[in-house]
Amino acid sequence: MLSRETSWISSPNHISKCIKYIFIDNEWHDAVSKKTFATINPSTGEEICQVAEGDKADVDKAVKAAKNAFRLGSPWRKMDASYRGALLNRLADLIERDRAYLATLETLDNGKPYAISYLVDLDMVLKCLRYYAGWADKYHGKTIPIDGDFFSYTRHEPIGVCAQIIPWNFPLLMQAWKLGPALATGNVVVMKVAEQTPLTALYVANLIKEAGFPPGVVNIVPGFGPTAGAALASHMEVDKVAFTGSTEVGHLIQVAAGKSNLKRVTLELGGKSPNIIMSDADLDWAVEQAHFALFFNQGQCCCAGSRTFVQEDIYPEFVERSVARAKARVVGNPFDSRTEQGPQVDEEQFKKILGYINLGKKEGAKLLCGGGPAADRGFFVQPTIFGDVKDNMTIASEEIFGPVMQIMKFKTIEEVVERANDSKYGLAAAVFTRDLDKANYLSQALQAGTVWINCYDVFGAQSPFGGYKMSGNGRELGEYGLQAYTEVKTVSIRNYPQQNICVFFPISPSRFVIFFMS
Amino acid sequence: MATNEGQKIPEEEQTAAKLGEGTIPAPLKEWKIQYTKIFINNEWHNSLSGKKFPVFNPANEEKICEVEEGDKEDVDKAVKAARSAFQIGSPWRTMDASERGRLLNRLADLIERDRLLLATLESVNGGKVFSNAYLMDLGGCVKILRYFASWADKNQGRTIPIDGKYFSYTRHEPVGVCGQIIPWNFPLLMLAWKLGPALCCGNTVVVKPAEQTPLTALHVASLVKEAGFPPGVVNIVPGYGPTAGEAISSHMNIDKVAFTGSTEVGLRIKEAAGKSNLKRVSLELGGKSPCIVFADSDMDTAVEFAHQGLFIHQGQTCTAASRLFVEESIYNEFVRRSVERAKKYVLGNPLNQEVQQGPQIDKEQYTKILDLIESGKKEGAKLECGGGPSGNKGYFIQPTVFSNVTDEMRIAKEEIFGPVQQIMKFKTIDEVIKRANNTHYGLAAGIFTKDLDKALTISSALQAGTVWVNCYGSFSPQTPFGGFKMSGNGREMGEYGLHEYLEVKTVTVKISEKNS
Repeated sequence: MLSRETSWISSPNHISKCIKYIFIDNEWHDAVSKKTFATINPSTGEEICQVAEGDKADVDKAVKAAKNAFRLGSPWRKMDASYRGALLNRLADLIERDRAYLATLETLDNGKPYAISYLVDLDMVLKCLRYYAGWADKYHGKTIPIDGDFFSYTRHEPIGVCAQIIPWNFPLLMQAWKLGPALATGNVVVMKVAEQTPLTALYVANLIKEAGFPPGVVNIVPGFGPTAGAALASHMEVDKVAFTGSTEVGHLIQVAAGKSNLKRVTLELGGKSPNIIMSDADLDWAVEQAHFALFFNQGQCCCAGSRTFVQEDIYPEFVERSVARAKARVVGNPFDSRTEQGPQVDEEQFKKILGYINLGKKEGAKLLCGGGPAADRGFFVQPTIFGDVKDNMTIASEEIFGPVMQIMKFKTIEEVVERANDSKYGLAAAVFTRDLDKANYLSQALQAGTVWINCYDVFGAQSPFGGYKMSGNGRELGEYGLQAYTEVKTVSIRNYPQQNICVFFPISPSRFVIFFMS
Repeated sequence: MATNEGQKIPEEEQTAAKLGEGTIPAPLKEWKIQYTKIFINNEWHNSLSGKKFPVFNPANEEKICEVEEGDKEDVDKAVKAARSAFQIGSPWRTMDASERGRLLNRLADLIERDRLLLATLESVNGGKVFSNAYLMDLGGCVKILRYFASWADKNQGRTIPIDGKYFSYTRHEPVGVCGQIIPWNFPLLMLAWKLGPALCCGNTVVVKPAEQTPLTALHVASLVKEAGFPPGVVNIVPGYGPTAGEAISSHMNIDKVAFTGSTEVGLRIKEAAGKSNLKRVSLELGGKSPCIVFADSDMDTAVEFAHQGLFIHQGQTCTAASRLFVEESIYNEFVRRSVERAKKYVLGNPLNQEVQQGPQIDKEQYTKILDLIESGKKEGAKLECGGGPSGNKGYFIQPTVFSNVTDEMRIAKEEIFGPVQQIMKFKTIDEVIKRANNTHYGLAAGIFTKDLDKALTISSALQAGTVWVNCYGSFSPQTPFGGFKMSGNGREMGEYGLHEYLEVKTVTVKISEKNS
């Protein structure tokens, strides 16, 4: 998927100053509490800067601004839909102008290789915003052939104040996934960015102001989950919450919505996605893609192909080649253009991953390569592969979110379907085969929101993404992604002229039955 | 209309059918309750606990029969059956979509065959005026099932022009096992609203009917079997909310829960989903729907619709027009005519042809409504008519109208769910929009005006899932229905209603070369 040609990538920009405040009403604010928190460079473990720490009081302020921007008659509510689209396009243009700077900042704060930040993350951000810009004046309601003498139509209205809580693995991209559909449909937003990676989102806030969005339409509050995140999820004035992150926190958010005001909830959560390699697959391609499926972004993908099921007769060969590929993976300074893998995002993740690796060893999986830290400073983990993994091992059932690949063996297609589906998760799945029947059978049988065939991690702004089961609720991207940001209003109007067709009709001279449905 | 199932009825006959009294047959004089057990796997089961609960006729407070009381263990059994029916390779999963549609149509045919019995039972058990039950509930039920029957093979996925050398398409797959908890105010209709979209999309269901009104749902269960649905596709477990309902909403093996009922319980269901397995939740909850009458409207129409919008089915509708805002200049006249209209009511046995209003559903509701009426009197609203119980047997309440109601009174804020109309006065458009939206509910709204600009401005400004202009309570299977704010999550009916019963699966395939 990734071009190794990096010659046309702009060089990383020097970062001299970061924006580190709360963004409300197109203005910068300190935290009400005056507290700040450190954001760390995961390559070195050193502090980049201190950022204002938003909490409940700041969330309240942001929600108030958002609500005001959403009031009837406000500039945002009265704006033509096409102009909302124009603003989103302008935002994309500004992000493109500052692409090298943003890619640099993303790598600094998150640790992902600069080439990936520049080519993948920023490219997808631009495409996503431009895709949704175009939807702004095309998400049509319907006129409806209702029974009886009525004229009926639907309006697709914005929901209102949307809380959006985004993760640290793709800070800019997740911001775009959230802002695109929310703003295209006319909502206002209070976004909480991950405490590990607040810097790029805050820079984009500046561009939102520059693009000309009215004050209060987008508000960004950096802060922690249990404080600022919880305040959003249980806020009585927030009409909708969209969350991307762990299944554990997803539960808390759905519960908070049920305990407060029944705000609409969309969740994009964890996964333990099966990647099924049939023996008739193109082996070179399958090895490379399975490697990419797991190790991309240091393994920090919710859709990581973290259960690689390989058919028995090619298993030894597949394992051997996968190990060779993993051993060749270049780990190091993410600003070095040869680097394929940077550090994990923070110490907590780093330790958690090493803990899982130890569990794998203890539970009897065969460690084939890697298995420990990859440097003596920064949060680097060696590309690690376990063979002979059994379904009941912890590393085969829990989300590791690191560069640790589990390879399992299977015999028949029925067996692999059952094993692949035997998970509380259902985010993604992949199948490698040359056989059309197998591809069709598996893509229908797998319980997953996305199934990739002979490929992995192919995302397009046009294709919906989201989870079955406990991997989430709802879909993002594509036209389907608009549903999560609209209330459907049915307007039915009585037609007056044809009085000959009664709307309610007499049953006896003094009685009328209203013409509900019959 | 009541009689349009035959598709080809000549127009004169249709008109005759609409207007003639003879089109509504008399209710059955004699009937027998055949089905009182739990329906799982197309078979009848006793409750595992051995418990039963009584079902009453609210018109005379007499017990009709006893029904098996489902609890957690029975729900578990039903979920197991539903899960098994949903297995890959099962008859239901391998069935053609068109055949699913055919089964739904057959179910509609059977309901139509038993229409008179079902309408009679609905009237006896639900206190519903028989002609309403026959025309509205049964007519609506049959229409809904037929509407969704034909969606079965038309709910198309899409092929998607994704970037790069890939071919991408979506499949609209069923969610899986759906728990469906339905209320007592429209027992059959709500059953059809739930079964139609769930089954046409290929889900399996575990339905909990309300403990007040389980009888018609159980009769329909027998028709589900007769129609030929495979065992386990539809399971019906009568029981109570805190036991069977709670077991459904917190079940780890139920993929989706759909609930129609109070906002209070809706909150608990969403919370239970969050605490258990993140099952998808759709909710259709309470309301305090504004109905706005402008001075330029046709007053006779407005009075009649506003009246029906509140008093239909004893005020026991979630969309009840329970905050009636009338423009100052016509306020007095409007109140006068509304009171006159309300006084015309004949209360009594809902099976009786002359009766226009039946009893409230049960003692609890009856007491709650009377308490709210008292609060209205105490808080200074002007009681124009009614205001108390009617008769000394059965849960009858006089049609009640309050005028001079102000927004902060309890009767102006809380859902009464009874025959109590609140009439408020307003001066300007801006004022009435603000007041109409000042509630945590957002289910429905009505506007009466002849002015196009007013109609469009207000229908856009109101926070409500449905806005009726110059009408009220016009439902149809084609139009989506559901709430803004705390009146619910999601939409039922129409194409939009299918979304709640689908998982969208994106399939992306690598291809060697792409051409447009």
